[in-house]
Amino acid sequence: MDISLVPLFAILVSLVIVPLIYMSTNRPNLRETWTVIAALIKFGLVLTLLPGALEGKSVEIHLFELAPGLPLALNADPFGVFFALIASGLWIFTSFYSIGYMRGAGEKKQTRYFASFAVCLSATIGIAFSANLLTFILFYEALTLATYPLVIHNEKKDAIKAGRGYLAYTLTAGLLLVAGAALIYHYTGTLDFTPGGLFQELELPQSTMLVLFIIFLGGVGVKAGLMPIHSWLPEAMAAPTPVSALLHAVAVVKSGVFAVIRIVGFVFGTDVMVDYGLSDILIVVAGVTIILASLLAFAQDNLKRRLAYSTVGHLSYIVLGVAMITPLGMTGGMMHIAAHATMKITLFFCAGAIYVNLHRTEISNLNGIAKVMPWTMAAFVIGSMGLSGIPPINGFFSKWYLAMGALEGGMLVPVGVLVLSGMLNAGYFFPIVYRAYFKKGEGLEGYGEASPFMVVPIMVTATLSVLFGLFPNLFFGFFDLAVDISATLFNSASP
Amino acid sequence: MIETHLPAIIALTFVAFSILIPVFGIWKEELSQPLAVLGSGIAAFFSVYGFFVFLDVGMIRYPFGGWAPPIGIEFVYDGLSAFFLLVINVVTFIALIYSKYRGRAEFPGKEMPFYSLTMLMMLGFNGILLTGDLFNLFVFLEIASLSMYSLISIGKKPASYAAFRYLIIGTAGGTLYLLGVGYLYTITGTLNIIDMSAMLPTFAENSSVVAALLLMVVGIGIKAALFPTHGWLPDSYTFTSSPSSILIAPIGTKVAAYVLFRVMLYLFGIELTDAVMPLSYLVGILACIGIVYGSVMAIAQSNMKRMLAYSSVSQIGYIIMGLSLANPFGFAGALLHVLNHAVMKACLFMISGNITHREGNSDMSRFDESYRKKYPWSMASLSVAAISMVGLPPLAGFFSKWYLALGTVENGNWLFLGVIIVSSLLNAVYFFRILERVYMNDPYEEEQTEEEQQKAVAAATYNEPPASMLSPTVILALSLFAIGFANVLIVSALMGFFPL
Repeated sequence: MDISLVPLFAILVSLVIVPLIYMSTNRPNLRETWTVIAALIKFGLVLTLLPGALEGKSVEIHLFELAPGLPLALNADPFGVFFALIASGLWIFTSFYSIGYMRGAGEKKQTRYFASFAVCLSATIGIAFSANLLTFILFYEALTLATYPLVIHNEKKDAIKAGRGYLAYTLTAGLLLVAGAALIYHYTGTLDFTPGGLFQELELPQSTMLVLFIIFLGGVGVKAGLMPIHSWLPEAMAAPTPVSALLHAVAVVKSGVFAVIRIVGFVFGTDVMVDYGLSDILIVVAGVTIILASLLAFAQDNLKRRLAYSTVGHLSYIVLGVAMITPLGMTGGMMHIAAHATMKITLFFCAGAIYVNLHRTEISNLNGIAKVMPWTMAAFVIGSMGLSGIPPINGFFSKWYLAMGALEGGMLVPVGVLVLSGMLNAGYFFPIVYRAYFKKGEGLEGYGEASPFMVVPIMVTATLSVLFGLFPNLFFGFFDLAVDISATLFNSASP
Repeated sequence: MIETHLPAIIALTFVAFSILIPVFGIWKEELSQPLAVLGSGIAAFFSVYGFFVFLDVGMIRYPFGGWAPPIGIEFVYDGLSAFFLLVINVVTFIALIYSKYRGRAEFPGKEMPFYSLTMLMMLGFNGILLTGDLFNLFVFLEIASLSMYSLISIGKKPASYAAFRYLIIGTAGGTLYLLGVGYLYTITGTLNIIDMSAMLPTFAENSSVVAALLLMVVGIGIKAALFPTHGWLPDSYTFTSSPSSILIAPIGTKVAAYVLFRVMLYLFGIELTDAVMPLSYLVGILACIGIVYGSVMAIAQSNMKRMLAYSSVSQIGYIIMGLSLANPFGFAGALLHVLNHAVMKACLFMISGNITHREGNSDMSRFDESYRKKYPWSMASLSVAAISMVGLPPLAGFFSKWYLALGTVENGNWLFLGVIIVSSLLNAVYFFRILERVYMNDPYEEEQTEEEQQKAVAAATYNEPPASMLSPTVILALSLFAIGFANVLIVSALMGFFPL
């Protein structure tokens, strides 16, 4: 295990620019320059960790003790690097997009917005690189606090209400994690994330294990949007669109599913999950969430809310893949973190571009807009296809592996859930496409495509979705990385 | 030389200054506050120094007048005393620096008696913490209480009623304690704590001893505002002047909690305490009820000082809960919370004082976005203290809750763990409510439109109180980070104080 400062710097780089952002409040161009610079440096730093991660190595650093025997420790293991790469990579596009969106929409308090955004990214990378549960909790709570100003950004009644709901859910979840961590520490004497889990030499009564698992499920399930504790997510769509895009499609909710994998694979361990029947609970919760969220998405006329319910459903794809406790399912789940991130960020970017450009938020108002915003809507089609699982978009690829994983474990119900949900996805996305392309629009005269700041990121993320679908190993050997990670989780568990 | 006389020096400093202040105060009243700062500064210095001396050489026993205990009275400077002394003397030092302008504004012409009484109160508190003799402890308890009654009565009109109520209830508490000491004396024939704790195991099941224990716990419980005897506290803290609430709120109930620690864990020891009935568990249950009750009542308040007063009821519950767990984690968590809560509460009451200084009151319904521009530092401190009260890492408040949680898990006590979680959430409700008002437009405001609100915000200018008030506030807020990061050092020392 090598010692390296890179994980620490990757976290700090966006924290350092916060004072700089505040100091350049009156010079917006300079202020946004800081954001872009930090995004690029952060991505570069994470990228330098990749070669090691591909070889299965980790680098770590112990800073100081948070509590006796529990250091504030960072460990850039392959899985952490995998997630950090997605989050920091998409931050670059979101930064450009944010500039276009915030200026285009004339939003107030932009300084607070960019500052909070930077803190969020620090917290997310911190979550990715946390070496133990206590460090993880620290960054998890930091993410909660840093996201709050973004959720309430426009300070209208619905935003404030959403903010209160968000805090109520996430703070409760954070405290449950604290309680769970205290319990685990009491039983095992350690909180370090270990592939294969912490309970390898310990027998606990079934009931204790069950309570422990439910506490953790509550703790991480809120951010992962598991039903019935998902309801903050659609409400939080009151936030500006780039926030919804990065945080509610990538950083916050993906931190939630990342946490699910950490808990399942690195705290409880795959053996414990199977032996105590915990994986069945997770499969049921995830399966029900997928179907219900897809059905609820039909009922939403607000575009962002429909996307939000779609997010709830797709997060549970990942959870489902993990819960099946098969190497292929685990790989599929991890790939879906990346796949859903690129597709959903594309769709949210599209929704934001439509709002800033045409001031339309309701799906029933989107008739014929493909004529004025051809590029945006083309990207929207790609994203919709991907989420419905149509090849060659990357959504198909990850879904394929999820289904393979289910068959590997001899489970047929999850396959049925995946197929049904794919059809439901198509059912709620394609009417939007149909309206945009084939219905006759009104009041669209004089409007054109959105600003290049927004359109270019949209096209890039849409292209990424396609490329990842065709060549999953094209960038950074991503697929191999996911396969390796899930292999470590199973190998160490069954020696 | 100084090492051996440390216990006496700390206590006698306050005696000296309680006399010096009237002498100089009659001549020039403005001298009272600087003298009080000087006195408490000396005591704070020796407490800090003494804490390190203790870590170095261990317990110091200081017999007065050369009379060896158990015949004479002695001061015992052990880990628990050293830690409490450190906390209360340092916080008081900072609080006294703060009180200069508020004192002049709220009780003009009464500065000399105020500061002199403060010194007497501190003498009482320090004496309680230092003495090794149960009866002597009662004497110091009464010195402290009588000074506190008078300090509280300096304030708004209802303050004297609140003080009178406190006097009645507090005296009952003191009397119950004294009765308990009397029982113990008739059984064991000694008043020295160390001496008595060696004898008590022989009489563990003696009904007089059990009665004595109960009387003492109930009596001190009243002084510590343990639910359901907390009734005196909210009014007292609300109506008294800002300086006295800043002085008393962070430390007053803590010292009473110290006596509970001393009696339950050191004098009797946890096995004797629980020999006849599960007393520590009962005390823990009361603490839990107090935690939840205090938090719920705090949510219902519209005045900031009153909200903080109810929050104190809740927070003292954490300390006593940790005591009732009687394991090293719970013990360390409780003591760390003594420190954390003293710092947080002092900071929060100072913020309330800062706003009162400029606005004339600290009514939370008047908080709005302009406060963010008028009081940027106070409001930033408020955010830090609030987040620490809620218990989010890496601030100090998280760590005391973490150790308390570990303590509850160690005892398999799920109820207490649940209470910690629930009350943290309730804390979040009443603190984020203020932060929401301060940091954003109020969309529910009906009289003003959003534009008018924004104009009002734009018109607001920097209006923080003078540096002697602002810097203590900010320093305390910053120290919450420091305590959070240094908690391992503190806690590993504290765990060593746990009596086996």
